Amino acid sequence: MAKLSKHLEIGSSPHVTDGASTDVIMRNVFFALLPVTVFAVYAFGTGAALVIIVATASCVLTEHWLCRWTGNPSTVGDWSIAITGLLYGLTLPPDLPLWMVFIGGVFGVGIGKYLFGGLGMNAFNPALVGRAFLQAAFPQAMTHWQVPFAEGRFESIPSSVMAMPFWEPTYDAVTTATPLALMKFESEFAGGRELAAGLTSGSVGETCGALILLGGLYLVARNMMNWRIPASIFATVAVISWVYQLYDPTTYPGPVFMLFSGGLMLGAVFMATDMVASPITNLGCWLYGALIGVLVVVIRFWGGMPEGVMYAILLANAVSPHIDNLIQPRVFGTGRGAA
Amino acid sequence: MLDLFRKDTFRHGVHPPEMKDDTAELAIRQFPFAPVLIVPLSQHLGAPAKPVVREGQEVVRGQTIAEPDGFMSVAMHAPASGIVRRIMLAPGIMGTKVESIYIEPYPASTQEIDDGEPCGLDASPDEIITAIQNAGIVGLGGAAFPTHVKLKPPEGKKLDTLFINGVECEPYLTTDYRVMLEQTEDVFTGIRYLLRATGTKEVVIAIEANKLDAAERFRTMCPDDLPVSVRVSPVKYPQGAEKMIFSALMGREVPSGGLPADIGAICCNVATTAEIGRLLPRGRGIQERVITIGGPGVRKKGNYRIPIGTPVRYALEQCDPVDDISRVFMGGPMMGPTVSNLDIPITKGTSGITAFTTGETGGSTGKKKVYPCIGCARCVEACPMFLNPSQLGILARNEEYEQMAESWHLMDCFECGACTYVCPSHIPLVQYFRMSKKMVRKLSAA
Repeated sequence: MAKLSKHLEIGSSPHVTDGASTDVIMRNVFFALLPVTVFAVYAFGTGAALVIIVATASCVLTEHWLCRWTGNPSTVGDWSIAITGLLYGLTLPPDLPLWMVFIGGVFGVGIGKYLFGGLGMNAFNPALVGRAFLQAAFPQAMTHWQVPFAEGRFESIPSSVMAMPFWEPTYDAVTTATPLALMKFESEFAGGRELAAGLTSGSVGETCGALILLGGLYLVARNMMNWRIPASIFATVAVISWVYQLYDPTTYPGPVFMLFSGGLMLGAVFMATDMVASPITNLGCWLYGALIGVLVVVIRFWGGMPEGVMYAILLANAVSPHIDNLIQPRVFGTGRGAA
Repeated sequence: MLDLFRKDTFRHGVHPPEMKDDTAELAIRQFPFAPVLIVPLSQHLGAPAKPVVREGQEVVRGQTIAEPDGFMSVAMHAPASGIVRRIMLAPGIMGTKVESIYIEPYPASTQEIDDGEPCGLDASPDEIITAIQNAGIVGLGGAAFPTHVKLKPPEGKKLDTLFINGVECEPYLTTDYRVMLEQTEDVFTGIRYLLRATGTKEVVIAIEANKLDAAERFRTMCPDDLPVSVRVSPVKYPQGAEKMIFSALMGREVPSGGLPADIGAICCNVATTAEIGRLLPRGRGIQERVITIGGPGVRKKGNYRIPIGTPVRYALEQCDPVDDISRVFMGGPMMGPTVSNLDIPITKGTSGITAFTTGETGGSTGKKKVYPCIGCARCVEACPMFLNPSQLGILARNEEYEQMAESWHLMDCFECGACTYVCPSHIPLVQYFRMSKKMVRKLSAA
């Protein structure tokens, strides 16, 4: 019988898979960020749109160039760099000069990801590495906040955004303070509903807690995110701030304010959950989340800056391999399982 | 009350599509004799059997053609009456050549089996164990471990509970299911032999929830004097691994590096039990077995009682293969090794032949792009042995075999493939672990 004489594939079992694929997971994370992105552009106008576009492009191009330059195939197709770029853009102030956006992206991807060995090897979340660089290099521009829903935000481009590279930007738009700055320096607490709906000022994509949570729920439902990390962060921040609010409600805001203000939502749902830079066991993820939660509260309440989510996550990223060293699954038939 | 909260399953595991509907309701049919049958002398774990026939000799179906060589070895029986043509090396599933007996069968009309010396239920435990060895019985679930060896626990260990494994968690396979429905009486007879041989006092028949009618049949037909309970577990892979059965139904784990006897348990596949019950009273040996031939690559899918030694090519040809068969493997898709050479024979450990076509892209793992490990922890959540396949995979790539074994429990991996099944980066984890285990054995032997 001729038909059985043709060559057969040799392959190791299993011969079936559940169909999951890394690029599909990455693509879904990207999609989960789109509602927040659309809201950001709606709230902050053309400045935010340009910041997001340049941030994403700088990250994607940097990775593509670095791959080519080192003689490797481009890894842009796995979508992970697109997430990094979009997330990076969402953490920036809406009127940040584009040249700063660009070099921050190059730094974050080059130093934060590629130098470590690319996807799967980065110890830190590359988007936050880029942002941390900008925070250190351009502290003033990084704390300059545009008023949301300003009149004419779609008609013109803020002059600061188009500033000449390495020149002091000029600001023409009305500026404001973020809820966290008001909390820290004026002891004024924004309302929970206002914060969750994204009516306050802040970084491009961090203001609308409700949409961020929606994206997170989508990823949890599709088993593409470990929900234990945000849950642990929320629980830790809520419990500590609740205790302090009981003690002194005029200085310390309550759990709702703490959870929905600043970058906490975006950081907890989309940054801390970077699979590469977080622990591999569930117990490790609870610990890692708790560590982030404690650091966030410490920096916000007693640090020099109003916001601490970025540094909290970066510090926890550094600890993550050590959590993995400490906590591993109990192997079947050992420990308490061995009868 | 506590029973309400017991789930009767193990922790972790995966849910591959069951794919059993095509063959589950097809009764077992006798398979024809191939023009030549190839009986390898090593179809089991342990020492190869010693041939007791010569080339050119005439043999009768069921006659012993090779005797066990020591305790870790079993006998072989002629799958057909015919002439021994050659005794020489033949290709085996693992790519290595195995000493085998080639038998050319006489026409099918003349094929009758001679009964031998029966072994009754009144025989002593040692007599039963010897009879099982001489009947050539090995684990028919796939591992092909000599059954009589399991029945003799190491000195100082006592066996309490006998588990009969009717879980059959591999997709596509329905042989154990058919055997449970069609050879229910044989299973009970086999249980009697096993109880006598091992001195166990309690029997648990383990079945998955997709085979409820088999469970019902056991419950209604069970003789009153047999201490049998039938337990149904939710469908999950690899529920059929014996360690998972003990964990699910006794709540106890076999110690790492230990034996089931360490927790007083012994597990025997249901088809193996049925064969013991069918063969011992007649004094026969295993010269055929039930397999499922299925998958999208064949049209005449079914459950067949097939002579041992039937070449895979002949078996597929009888089942009307489609044109674009791309991959053939022995057993099911989770653990079955691929067949590179269709001239290898079906052995006692073959529970099925599954053929995939090129259209089966949702299945085949062969051509998918491999990404770096992103630490998603799906493998950690899937591993029934609670290992860290992600870390083991990284170590395997760096050839850190000793560290894998010493610090990361590599040798506890039983190669179920659940990690590879869920890996979104398509890393061939279980293949790494098979090779690494071989390397560790090699290094520790050196």
